[in-house]
Amino acid sequence: MTDTLTAPADTSPDGAAPPVSSAGAGWRTLRRRPAFLLTGAGVLLLLLVAAAPGLFAGWFGHGDPTVCDLTHSARGPSAGHPFGYDVQGCDLYANVVHGARASLGVGFLATAASLAVALVLGCLAGMAGRIVDSVVARLTDVFLGFPFLLGAIVVLNTLPTRDIPTVAAVLALFGWPTMTRVVRASVRSVREADYVVMARSLGAGPWDIVRRHVLPNALTPALVLATITVGGVIVAEASLTFLGVGLQSPSISWGLQLAGAQNSFRTHPHLLVFPGLFLSFTVFVLITFGDTVRDALDPRGR
Amino acid sequence: MTTTTGGTPAEPQPLLEAEDLTVDLLSGTPGAPRSRRVVRGVSFTLHEGETLALIGESGSGKSLSAMALMGLLPATTAEVGGSVRHRGTDLLALHPDALRARRGKHIAMIFQDALSALNPTLTVGFQIAEVIRAHEQVGRREARARAVELMARVRIPDPARRYRDYPHQFSGGMRQRIMIASALALSPDVLIADEPTTALDVTVQAQIMELLAELRESTGSALLLITHDLGLAATAADRVAIMYAGHIVEQAPVEDLYDRPAHPYTEGLLAALPRLEGPPDDLTPIPGTPPAPGPLPPGCSFRPRCPAARDSCATRQPALLPAPPARLVACHYPLEASSAR
Repeated sequence: MTDTLTAPADTSPDGAAPPVSSAGAGWRTLRRRPAFLLTGAGVLLLLLVAAAPGLFAGWFGHGDPTVCDLTHSARGPSAGHPFGYDVQGCDLYANVVHGARASLGVGFLATAASLAVALVLGCLAGMAGRIVDSVVARLTDVFLGFPFLLGAIVVLNTLPTRDIPTVAAVLALFGWPTMTRVVRASVRSVREADYVVMARSLGAGPWDIVRRHVLPNALTPALVLATITVGGVIVAEASLTFLGVGLQSPSISWGLQLAGAQNSFRTHPHLLVFPGLFLSFTVFVLITFGDTVRDALDPRGR
Repeated sequence: MTTTTGGTPAEPQPLLEAEDLTVDLLSGTPGAPRSRRVVRGVSFTLHEGETLALIGESGSGKSLSAMALMGLLPATTAEVGGSVRHRGTDLLALHPDALRARRGKHIAMIFQDALSALNPTLTVGFQIAEVIRAHEQVGRREARARAVELMARVRIPDPARRYRDYPHQFSGGMRQRIMIASALALSPDVLIADEPTTALDVTVQAQIMELLAELRESTGSALLLITHDLGLAATAADRVAIMYAGHIVEQAPVEDLYDRPAHPYTEGLLAALPRLEGPPDDLTPIPGTPPAPGPLPPGCSFRPRCPAARDSCATRQPALLPAPPARLVACHYPLEASSAR
């Protein structure tokens, strides 16, 4: 019961513990999962395509989406043009590759904006007391009660220009309430945690409490939701564009290509199939990626 | 009963003095609020360097009393009444910033479960250094050096390396040491320990209590030990206060209380303890259950379970009165008076 006993009795279990942080443990789990490696590679590939479409567009032909020849209008796949031509006679493959930037740009911009708003409002609602909480809760209720499609159509129709940032902003306008609710709930569950009470009992200030103790521990659900949201936002962008209220030409986006195909896809199915395949693949990869990240960060799943 | 200022030479000004502390837990909606009283007027004093054990079963209000006197109960869920004076200053009347400046520096707290009381996303060293940096204008490097020194003082082997480790990489006893290091980082004069060893096994428990006693000897901190463990209190405390249903029912120096309990509840608790001498199956439980929080029926709150209850116990609530030489007891018919024990 003296100190000679103390050290060995207490250190041996410590020595056996592998020296990794909790984030490191999550990363180690992730690296061993084929689903993560596959979807992670897919996400990287998509980001690369979006960042530098020129690298991929020229693989088969000239690779310029704006060089068009109306005599080739809606012609099917041929040598040098594996996806064929669109109605305007432009190379469809080059167009589909260049469309990744719009979809991913809108997806990531809108999600990042929603997340930023959600973190600020969610922390406020979770930490600042009943009145602020009620105000934020009612505000999210108002936005959640609004039919998304109708709301987006109304707002987008009043905008003079509809490019990537404005469409992303409108999607974020309707995306932040769900995320704010997730952040608020998770902040509220963390703020009563023993380590938060202990930090307060040792004199930590409110800003330090939020920044060092509450937010890092409340972040995981919001981040997981964000990775899944990117896919949902891309679908929403494509839907709105298809309906004619999203991006406008000269933007190049999968939604625009699908919209252009709606009158002729019975006779020229390739116009619908190739942009549709890319869109589905992108959303599938992003959502699966979000799922694997969630599984890895959830300690119960380890 | 208590002196607010000055005091006689025999009774110097107490370090910490709780007077008529009450806690009401709030629930319901703002339109239809509900409140249940769980701490019903607790008064005690803590002197320099002294250890006072606050003993009670689950729900007796002992932990809530501790949280209340640190000002840690959120105003949205609990209402605290009475006063808590630390060196003459009423903590409950202080501005939140002034109270925060005292927490950790003058009054610190140790929690039951170090795994949940340490932030899993921060290194242990950072969490100790954070306490120093919250109260003193010191640089990162100096805070770090002092944290490593504190880790060495609580006998963490190889502290400089383990500074960068996370709580889950430590064993239960080591984590408790980290928490003690952060609580004693600024040599507070009052340390509140809420079930500090309940989550540990018995040998580690003894080491932790020994370490705590040793560190307190060098810092001179007084200890308010909150526990349900009569054995732990017997070895660690100078004085013991027994809580029942939100009241202190008996308070006495440790030997007096264990040798000659005056309150029937204290006697019942002691009878429920296993002893080495005597027949092994001699444990006597106290019949019944403690009352639920909220309004109590008139009279003594222990009456329904009390073997010595009489008619008058059902009408008048006993006050906590001095029973010479050094005891306080809240009972109409304290045991010493009724029988020669």
